[in-house]
Amino acid sequence: MKNIYLDNNATTRVAPEVRDAMMPFFDEFWGNPSSMHTFGGQVKKYIDQAREQVAELINADPSEIVFTSCGSESDNMAIHGAVEAAGGKPHIITTRVEHPAVLAVCQYLQTRGCSVTELGVDSQGRLDLDELKKALRPDTAIVSIMWANNETGVIFPIDEISEIVKNAGAVMHTDAVQIIGKFPVDVKKTPVDLLALSGHKLHTPKGIGALYIRKGTRINPLILGGHQEGGKRAGTENVPYIVGLGKACELAANFIKDENTRVKSLRDRLEKGILDSCPDVRVNGNREHRLPNTTNISFEYIEGESILLMLDEFGIAASSGSACTSGSLEPSHVMRAMGVPFTAAHGSIRFSLSRYSTEDDVTAVLEHIPAIVNRLRELSPFVQK
Amino acid sequence: MWDYTDKVKDHFKNPRNVGLIPDADGVGEVGSLACGDALKLTFKLDKTGRIAEVKFQTFGCASAIASSSALTEIVKGMTLDEAAKVTNQDIAEFLGGLPEQKMHCSVMGREALEAAIDNYRTGKKVKHELAGRVVCTCFGVTETEIERVIRDNKLTTVEQVTNYTKAGGGCGGCKGEIEKIIARVRGTAVQPPPPAPAKKLLTNLQKIKLIEETIEKNIQPMLRQDGGSLDLIDVQANRVLVSFRGTCAQCRMAEVTMKDVVQAQLREFVSDDLIVEEVKP
Repeated sequence: MKNIYLDNNATTRVAPEVRDAMMPFFDEFWGNPSSMHTFGGQVKKYIDQAREQVAELINADPSEIVFTSCGSESDNMAIHGAVEAAGGKPHIITTRVEHPAVLAVCQYLQTRGCSVTELGVDSQGRLDLDELKKALRPDTAIVSIMWANNETGVIFPIDEISEIVKNAGAVMHTDAVQIIGKFPVDVKKTPVDLLALSGHKLHTPKGIGALYIRKGTRINPLILGGHQEGGKRAGTENVPYIVGLGKACELAANFIKDENTRVKSLRDRLEKGILDSCPDVRVNGNREHRLPNTTNISFEYIEGESILLMLDEFGIAASSGSACTSGSLEPSHVMRAMGVPFTAAHGSIRFSLSRYSTEDDVTAVLEHIPAIVNRLRELSPFVQK
Repeated sequence: MWDYTDKVKDHFKNPRNVGLIPDADGVGEVGSLACGDALKLTFKLDKTGRIAEVKFQTFGCASAIASSSALTEIVKGMTLDEAAKVTNQDIAEFLGGLPEQKMHCSVMGREALEAAIDNYRTGKKVKHELAGRVVCTCFGVTETEIERVIRDNKLTTVEQVTNYTKAGGGCGGCKGEIEKIIARVRGTAVQPPPPAPAKKLLTNLQKIKLIEETIEKNIQPMLRQDGGSLDLIDVQANRVLVSFRGTCAQCRMAEVTMKDVVQAQLREFVSDDLIVEEVKP
């Protein structure tokens, strides 16, 4: 059965170009870049090159890029590091729709004496910037707000937000894991101090990420024990993956246009097709300011896990914000923060496309989904006939 | 991905006895859209008093649908006395087992069956009734229900109780209480609670400040999980006036329980004689 993969906000296929770029670093150049001998030392230039490739994608200086093991580490490092550097028990601002890699860190720091403000969102998943302005305090050390939401794809106005935060004198961190490669990001234009990105959302294997740290930003390291990454992140470099991330960033720059034209129109066709063919469905999140690859659709009166398992029968991979899929008992925190009614939150399905998505993928979903929805609704006690 | 048995998958993909019997002898409903699963069960008896026909409608995940389907297969042909003895374990066993975290689906089946039998015998209350004191306010689970599930399934941990009833799976505020219920039902010694610090006599200002702090630190985080929040309107002697906002205000449990939760917290941390009253903003 053909795998129709529409869950790219969860992880992406490794690009063949990325894999090819990585292979020599398993077989041939496996030395330690910190070594004095040529065999090891020669590897360093490939790390430098990867750092330049990552920096170029977001228009940063290579010295501002620190390689980490994943997006979650980058987020942890940013928030912990900035809070530690600030000293004391400062105030932190974040939002209620962040990824757990941000929310859990803030909640942990709250137990250590920091005060945390979580900004709410409206029914379309948008922030109220006046609420942010009011929340800022003289002791606010860091503001951590995602650039694009993983579940709905809704994009926050990070340009404007960064300006507000910088004017208040706080450090601005953004979890940019979902937006990198889908929208142009330029840290010369957007005054963020810290920016987290992840490789495996960008067609590298899992296990590599990076944190952009603007020059002059005070941040303490999370991992101690070595001089690597300018002393900001100890640990012998994961050379093949770093090289892979460099290559992936280079490729991503070439595909941003594709994401915003071809991939976007595939997404739009999928979304429109579902809205036209299934009654009682709704799109979650603002459709205007949204990632080009993501659509989050709620099917009223039926439950997400059941929909996913039926899609799975046809080789279609998507994900759900329903309670049952996560092992938790409540629907996704993003759906709840948006006030999506329970009738819809339990039946929310996210389709997320990538450069490898095709017209055939969309056709397959549109072919099967009306029957799946009908079938489950026939089982549901909430559908009035 | 859940590790479902082939039998669960089969009953999910090919559910037996789907639908509603229009002139049913017994109708039972349990769960709600808010809780994420719901089951409506109808049956019809033959002349000898055996279940001749039984049908279900379920909103829920694969294991909820499979559990409902299994239930109908189990009880078909039974007398009501026999059916009343069916436990959630029977449903889970029929399916070759359910993942631990999904055991609540089998419990839902048993509850719907009980409600339907009740409906036939008494001619009233189609809805599964909340009998006893509500322990978990997030999912509306009562003490009676928790005790029953602990006994039927020989449960020993809070996590198991959550898997079987959902209780404790929302804000988690009732976990301590579930622990006490387990200890009581299992007949094990209840851990003596640490001696409560004697509550000081508070001045009015101190009291209001402490109420504010307790709301901020203990209560708001619980409510926020459900997208709600609470405003302190006024404190008049021992009466604390509050109003709920967001989803709390519309929650089906609001009148009964939200107030109780807030009151319990304030009594624990501030003063034993406080009475919480809800005012509409």
